[in-house]
Parts: sequence; C-alpha cells; structure tokens
Amino acid sequence: MALKYDDVVAKYEPTLGLEVHVELNTNTKMFCGCSTEFGAEPNTQTCPVCLGLPGSLPVVNEVAIESAIKIGLALNCSIAPFSRFARKNYFYPDMPKDYQISQYDEPICVNGYLDVEIDTDEGVKVFRVEIERVHMEEDTGKSLHVGGATGRIHGAEYSLLDYNRAGIPLMEIVTKMVPGTGKYAPQVARAYVTELRDILRSLGVSDVKMEQGSLRCDANVSLSPMGSGKLGTRSETKNVNSLRSVERAIHGEMIRQGNRLENGERIIQETRHFLEESGETRPGRSKETAEDYRYFQEPDLVPVAPDAGWIEEIRKTLPEKPSIHRKRLQEQWSVPDKEMAAMVNAELLDTVEATVNLGADPTKARSWWLGEVSRLANEKDVAPTELMTPAQVAEIIALIAAGELTDKLARHVVEGVVNGEGTPAQVIEKRGLKVVSDDSALMSAIEAAIAAQPDTAERVRSGNIPAAGALIGAVMKATGGQADAARVRELLLNHLGQGN
Amino acid sequence: MAAISRDEVAHLARLARIEMSSDELDHLASELDQILHAVDRVQEAAKDDVPPTSHPLPLKNVTRPDVVVPSLSPEDALSGAPAADEQRFKVPQILGDAE
Amino acid sequence: MTNIFKSAQEMSSALVAKEVSAVDLANEHFDRIEKVDGDVHAFLHLDKEGALAQARDVDAKRAAGEKLSPLAGVPLALKDVLTQKGIPTTCGSKMLENWRPPYDSTVVTRLKAAGVVILGKTNMDEFAMGSSTENSAYGPTHNPWDLSRIPGGSGGGSSAALAAFEAPLAIGTDTGGSIRQPAAVTGTVGVKPTYGAVSRYGLVAFSSSLDQAGPCARTVLDTALLHEVIAGHDPKDSSSINAPVPSVVAAAKKLDVKGMKIGVIKELGGDGFQKGVSERFNEALEELVKAGAEIVEVSCPNFEYALAAYYLIAPSEASSNLARFDSMRYGLRVGDDGSHGAEEVMSLTRQAGFGKEVKRRIILGTYALSSGYYDAYYGSAQKVRTLIMRDYEAAFAKADVLVSPTAPTTAFKIGEKADDPVAMYLNDIATIPVNMAGIGGMSLPCGLASEDNLPVGFQIMTPAMKDDLMYQVGGTLEAALNSKWGSPLMSQAPALGAK
Repeated sequence: MALKYDDVVAKYEPTLGLEVHVELNTNTKMFCGCSTEFGAEPNTQTCPVCLGLPGSLPVVNEVAIESAIKIGLALNCSIAPFSRFARKNYFYPDMPKDYQISQYDEPICVNGYLDVEIDTDEGVKVFRVEIERVHMEEDTGKSLHVGGATGRIHGAEYSLLDYNRAGIPLMEIVTKMVPGTGKYAPQVARAYVTELRDILRSLGVSDVKMEQGSLRCDANVSLSPMGSGKLGTRSETKNVNSLRSVERAIHGEMIRQGNRLENGERIIQETRHFLEESGETRPGRSKETAEDYRYFQEPDLVPVAPDAGWIEEIRKTLPEKPSIHRKRLQEQWSVPDKEMAAMVNAELLDTVEATVNLGADPTKARSWWLGEVSRLANEKDVAPTELMTPAQVAEIIALIAAGELTDKLARHVVEGVVNGEGTPAQVIEKRGLKVVSDDSALMSAIEAAIAAQPDTAERVRSGNIPAAGALIGAVMKATGGQADAARVRELLLNHLGQGN
Repeated sequence: MAAISRDEVAHLARLARIEMSSDELDHLASELDQILHAVDRVQEAAKDDVPPTSHPLPLKNVTRPDVVVPSLSPEDALSGAPAADEQRFKVPQILGDAE
Repeated sequence: MTNIFKSAQEMSSALVAKEVSAVDLANEHFDRIEKVDGDVHAFLHLDKEGALAQARDVDAKRAAGEKLSPLAGVPLALKDVLTQKGIPTTCGSKMLENWRPPYDSTVVTRLKAAGVVILGKTNMDEFAMGSSTENSAYGPTHNPWDLSRIPGGSGGGSSAALAAFEAPLAIGTDTGGSIRQPAAVTGTVGVKPTYGAVSRYGLVAFSSSLDQAGPCARTVLDTALLHEVIAGHDPKDSSSINAPVPSVVAAAKKLDVKGMKIGVIKELGGDGFQKGVSERFNEALEELVKAGAEIVEVSCPNFEYALAAYYLIAPSEASSNLARFDSMRYGLRVGDDGSHGAEEVMSLTRQAGFGKEVKRRIILGTYALSSGYYDAYYGSAQKVRTLIMRDYEAAFAKADVLVSPTAPTTAFKIGEKADDPVAMYLNDIATIPVNMAGIGGMSLPCGLASEDNLPVGFQIMTPAMKDDLMYQVGGTLEAALNSKWGSPLMSQAPALGAK
C-alpha cells in the first residue's frame, strides 16, 4: 500500500534546500548596454557582448552590484569586502560564450537568514531559513524547439535561438540546508519564496514575476528516517514557476521519495522537472558524463570590492522589511489577524495600502478591494488589480464619504469602470448616477408619496414611525434609487411632524 | 610513467566538444605526456606561502552606468549565423536539458 | 620615385608637404603587395576599397585645411585577430573563414579616427597560438630576409609586411611574445605595451590575462607614433588602464640615456642562446654604455618556471575563450545534415575547424582546469606568476629598465620545429615573463647574427605604465646602431619580387 503524505512525514524527516534565481529589473544587461525590456522582437536586444562574438568583453553594470548588495543586506548577509567573477564552463547552445560568467568561491553576499512564519497546529511558529550565499550571474538565451511535439525539446527537428534574454542580470540566492521543518516543509518552502519575493519587490530590484520567469525556484528535498540523524540523498526540482507549485513540488517529491524508501529503493541524486497538472515530478534527461565546470576567475573582469562606506550608504536606503511593514499596517489600521491574513493571501496588501495612501479609510479600502472588486475579478478570472487602480477605488470611497454616492450607486460605478466605461467620474456622468441631493426635488417626491398613501402618512403622524418605510420606499423608487435614503427619511419625518 | 592516458585525453576531448579519431587521440596522448612532463615543474616553485596571481593589474570596481546603448540591428546580429529563421539563430535539434 | 621605403614619419611629412597623396601612397603599397606578397604571404585579405575610401577622405580633409593626426593617410597592416566591421576576421583559422564581424575593435576605431589607412588583414598562427605563423590554416608566411624561414609568430604576417615594405606600420598582439619575437626575427620594431594600455575590445581572445595589442613598425619613432594612436582608456574593456598614456613619442625622440641603469637579466642569456645572438646583444650593450648608461646584472631566479607556467595559464584561458566557436551563431558549421544533434555538430565542427596546435592547447587547458588537477596545474602556475612579478620588482629596484635578447635564436627554417611542440615553445623563453607580469616590452633590431646573417632582436622591459622608458632607451640604441652601421639594418634586407 502506497504511503500518503501523513504516513511519509510520520516516518521521515525532510531537509529542504532552495535556490532562487531572480532577474534584476535593471535598464541594461549584466555586462553590456542592451535593454532588458521584456517581450521585444527576437534578437533585437543583442550586441557583440551578449552574443558572445569573438573579441567582445564584459563590463559590469553598477546598478546590478548595488542591487546585489541591497538583497544581501535585506537577507541579513555579510557583504564580502572582496568578491570576484568566475567562468562556469559548459557547452549549451543558448549560452553564447559556452561559459557563464558567474561567481564561484568568492560570492558578493554570504551567511544570511530569513525568518518565515507558519500557521502550525501549535499556533504561529517562526522558522529560520539560513542563507548560504547570494551571487551574481548572467541569464541564458531562449530556445524554441520546432517540429515533432511542438515546443518540446524531445523529437524537435531543429531549434531557434533568441538571445534577448542572454546576459540579463541574475541573482542566485541559495539557502543552507533547512532541517526541522517536519510536515510543514512544503509550507516553509512556499513561505520562504513568498517572503523573499516580497522583500525583492519592496527593494525595487526585480519585477519578481514568476510567470514571466523573472523569479525562478529550484527546490531540493531529501528525506531521512525519523531520528536517524543521517542526511538522505536529495533531488532537485527545477524551474518551479509559481508559489503554489513550490509547495506542491516539495509535497509531491516527499511522497515520491517516501514511497521509494519504503520499498527499499534508492533515491538518485538528480534533476527533476515539476509537472504542473499532476503536482508530481519527472526525472530530467541524465547526462552521459558528470559535468566538470572547470571554474576559474574571469580574467576579463576585475574584482568587486565594495568599501564599508558604500555599503552603509546602501543600507540607509533600504525600505522597511515586509514582515515589519505588515505588522505596522495591521496596528495602524486595527485589522484583526484573520482579515490581515486574507489581505496578504489575496496579494492585495500593497494595493490596499496604496488606496489608503490616497486618502481612503483603511476599512473601506479593504472591504472594496476584497469585496466587490475581488468578486468581479473572480468572475472574470483576473487579478483585482487588473480591473481597478488604487486611485479609482480611493475616488469612489471619497464620493461615498461626501454623500455623493450611496453604496449601491458605488457598485454601479465600479461595474462601469470595470467594463471600461471610463474613470469613476466619467461613469457617474454617463450613467447619471449622482445622488439626488436637491431637497426641493425630494420634497415634491415626498408630497407625491403622501398624496398617494394618505393612510400611511396619517399613521406616521400619529407616531407609528416604522410605517414611514413604505413612504421612503416610494420616494426612493420615484427618484430611481439615486436619493440618499437617510436624507429622505429626515425630510419626511420632519414634514409629518415627527422630526426631533 | 605516462602523465596522461589515452582514456583521459578522450574524456577531455568530450569535455571540450572536439570529436577525435583514434589516431588523433593516440598522437595527442603522447604529445600531452611530453608537455605535461615539461610543465610539471611549476609545482616545485608553488610553495604554500605564495599567493596566486590571476591578473597582472591591481584594478577593482570597474563598472558602467546602467544606461541603455543601441543594440545591433537583428540583421547584423544574425549576419554570421550559419542558418537563421524567423529572426532567430537556427541550430540542429538540442538534446539534453539546459542547466 | 616610390615612397614605400620611407619610415611612417617620413611618409607623414611627405603627405603634409603634399608631395604625395594618401591615395597614391596606398596604391604604391598595394602595388608592392601585388609584387611581393605571392612570395611573402603576409596578407590574408586586402581591403582596397575601404583603404582607398579612407585615403580619399584624408586627402579631402587635408585639402580643406583640417587639422589631422600625424599618421593620417599612412598605411597600416592589421593582424587578423582584431575585428574590423564588415571585413573578414579569420584569426588564421578555418573556423572563421567567412566571418565578417558586425563591429569594430577599439583599436580599429582609433585607427580610423586618426585617418590611418588600413590596407588589409595579416596572417598569423591560428588564434595566435604559435611562434612561426606555420599554424595558420591559410599557409605559412615567409620571412623577407630568407623566404625559406619563418617570420616569427604568431604575428608573422604583420612583421613580414613591415620587413617586405608592404606597409610602414602594423598592429600585432602579444600573449607570450607574438609581437616581439616576430619583430626580432624580421629586423623590425615591435612593442608590447603594459597590460591594459591598449584596449582588448575586439581582440579575439587567446589568453585574456596575457593578451595585449601593440604597435609594430620599422623604426622606434614610428612605433611610438602608432602607440599614441591606439593606447588609452576604453570603458568597453574592464582591464583598461584609466590613466594618461605616457608620452612615448617625446621619449623616442629624447636620444639620451645618461645615468640610466640598465639591468641585464642573468637568466635570459648564455646556454640555449645562439652565439651570434649573444654577440650582437653584447655589442648593443656597449653602445648603451657609450651613450652614458650604466649596466648592472640582475637575477630573476623564478624565470626558469615561467615557460611552464605560461603553457598552463594560456591554454587554460584559451580552452574557455575558444569554447564559443561552436557553430551555433557564427563561423564554420559541419555535420548539420539532419542526422546530428546540436551537440554532435559542435564536436564535428570543432574537429574540422581547429588545427592541431589549437586542439593541443584546448585539451591541455581543459586538463589544467579540470577538477582534481586545478591546484597542481593552474593553481601552481598562478603562484609562479606571483614569483615572476616579485623577481621583476626586485630587479626594477636595481635598474630603470631590464634587457635581454628577444629570442634565443634567429629565424629557423619553415618546418624545422613543426613536430616538436616543446622545442617550439622555447622560442618564447625571453618574452613570456613580460606577459606574465603585465609589464611593457620592446624588441628592436641589434644587427645580423654572424652565423646566418639574420636579424637579432634586443628586448627592453620596463615597469608597468612606464612604457616611455623603453622608447627612450630603444630610440637611443637605434640611433647609436644606425650611426655605427651607417644606415638602418633594414637597408641590408634582400630585394624581393625580383623574379
């Protein structure tokens, strides 16, 4: 009988390792002045350097170095006073020089950590993920496999290469082995990548779009029999390209390894690929011979030796850490834990914050984004931020506060904005959604309602206040719902001698 | 004793992606053996207390500003390509996975 | 009356005086090339169209009274290892037979800006690996002093073009002596500037930490004039020196070495050096003494390891630098017939495209960098590099410049050492330490060896960034020897193309 996840974690202890590659959002590539803009026509962002033409030479992008230091500082690393580039030698068609300029034994940042919080059976628990190194390297080109099964490497007749991506700055962030996560290993892995992504975003150094490949994760895991203290053989699952997949890949791999071990089979140290559909992994094509990268110092580049003064300058520019930032907002806004978590999980915290920064009330901002906008986004299967901007939501909230819109009218405005009818102001104009605030117009509607229901009016006059509802309803109907019901009530009761 | 075997030369040729005939391998193995005997002496001089020098100049922190400069036109970029298609370099089928 | 036997500086004067136009001067050289290059084979490619366009441009500017660089309109031969946009750049290899780079090297950019007329690309050992130009995939170059002999290497095409009066100026590159040794065996002048003085951008790399482009000519002053055109900081080369270029032209004109201390390196002489080479070298030392210099003997004990270390470092870097020749993006492609995958096509192409010496060095370098051998080979070689730098430091504490014969022998016969790589490597014994330390070195002629009547080279080495000193000493020595001989050595070169 095959082991299920709970059985696996009851018998085996996982050890995690995560390697994250992040493309920086610098204007230019790591070693040349070509643009890094995503989505350009093939081979339009290449030059002798990033094509690896004979005679060309790399020169380091200063912003890439600065970004690397920022990342290191944000991850509590030491910044190396002396760091060098090395060549990693191996042949592959998408790598123009047939070596990758990377860092080997002298990386720019070492020995950091990142704490992540996990909701466990015993409450929220902090797991510390230790970081071994952060180093700089360059990305490869992209290949398109033509013929055979379309897009797949196997069975392709030939391949087409686009080197626009070649040379884009990549940071590789490598954890030390992470023991002691037990059954929470998949969540820890996901929380780590999420937190890392939020940090990188807050630093402004990367777009961190997993779906565009600007953040890529390789997840390692091994199992050892509970209490054995022996480290198992690990597998490495490549290019897991969503946060959810990180969790699923570790989960799936733990089940696979657990079952192999249970059957007395060996775990092979290998590279595996994550299968999005099934949540399982498949083995990569194994290489004939073990690679020997023949690392040596890159003679075309000189050492990077940031002085302490520069590092301190950079440290001063670092933004508040996302975890601290979250705590501060939660306090300021007085949000309960559960709702805070909902906002974070929906990835709307930044958006709500931006809306609040435009003057909106935090509770209202949260309820519009998580309520109506999210509902519409769900219907359309897009992100809420693709439907509305913080400015638009803030504008609507302000109009409600000013009494110019009712909640009900505001929902129509949102619907109009989402349907592309323009800005909130334009939708209000086009759809004529203004609250009727002209008292004389309301009074004539009230008088008409009283004339139509004299008995009801009489009951109100004699003190039956709840009976006013029918009259108010009639007024609202007569004004097409655009009247402020509270104001109608006030005017009506005054008129019938029940005002205070 | 030979410093390098024919099998080792064959392994190196694979690492260096150079196809070699049996004759080439034999010939190169014996030449490399001679050369390695001649260059082996670097080890006599390389004492533990001598730091290595990888580069003759004591330069550091040479960088460029993060400012876009014009790229090659795609025609120029592809001008040397043995084969091209759809504004891309056309190469024989790629076997094996990327790194 | 032909102008081709003049120095570049004399040609420049004739151009300024409008005694000759740049177009006529270029055509005179193309005529000469036509006449003699069948025998010499210095050139791999001629760019008549580009050269004449540049010459016309210079003539027009001069006619318009524009201020021009001193070398504007003077022809030059470019080693085929530097890229020139749209012009074939083969590096002497089948691998790049039809490659026309889409960009100019910085050296070419500077030459063009100075109005220098680039006649064409010169022959060389494949990817600059060799000391005889016999490793060119396009056949050897012949030494104009004796066509059965080698013109040195790897820049034998450039040195032979100068010695055959096919061009007054040439560009070479020097990784272990590829400028200086060819200069020595052809009776011409060649300078390897301090590492980082001339941009490597567009120089197809052999060994990045050793490669350096430099000027070649028939006189010290011409070499200095060209040096000032090509040297200077280049932001495209991270290892480029960001400091003013020493005034080498002024230094070449100084003709004064009074009070200078000239150090003779004990280890670069004696056993293994041809008798006639040592004789001419010692006579040249006497001339320097007569000119007021003081000779001191210095010892560089670690130089005995330099050759071994060089033949580990250079192939190691080369094994990586030459990886890119994989047939995917440019250059030769072999075996793309639908039956081979990319990986096999790479291997087949590299088998067919690289010559024997290149393969030998790639495999040697791959070995020296491979896991398990790195420390013993590449690592140890880097330590030797430190020791060589220390030796120089100690020697320069005792002397302003250091000197030695440039090469242990005069030009040998084509084919003589082709099957003995270790013997061939010994040609570079006196030039290699300079590259290892990144300092400057010059070779200039100091006479003909008594045994074979072939040119002997005199090497001057200067501390890093003090390239002006070698021009000062070289200029002084050249003047003293010319006055002793009554005319420059090159006037004794045999006539060519007389059949």
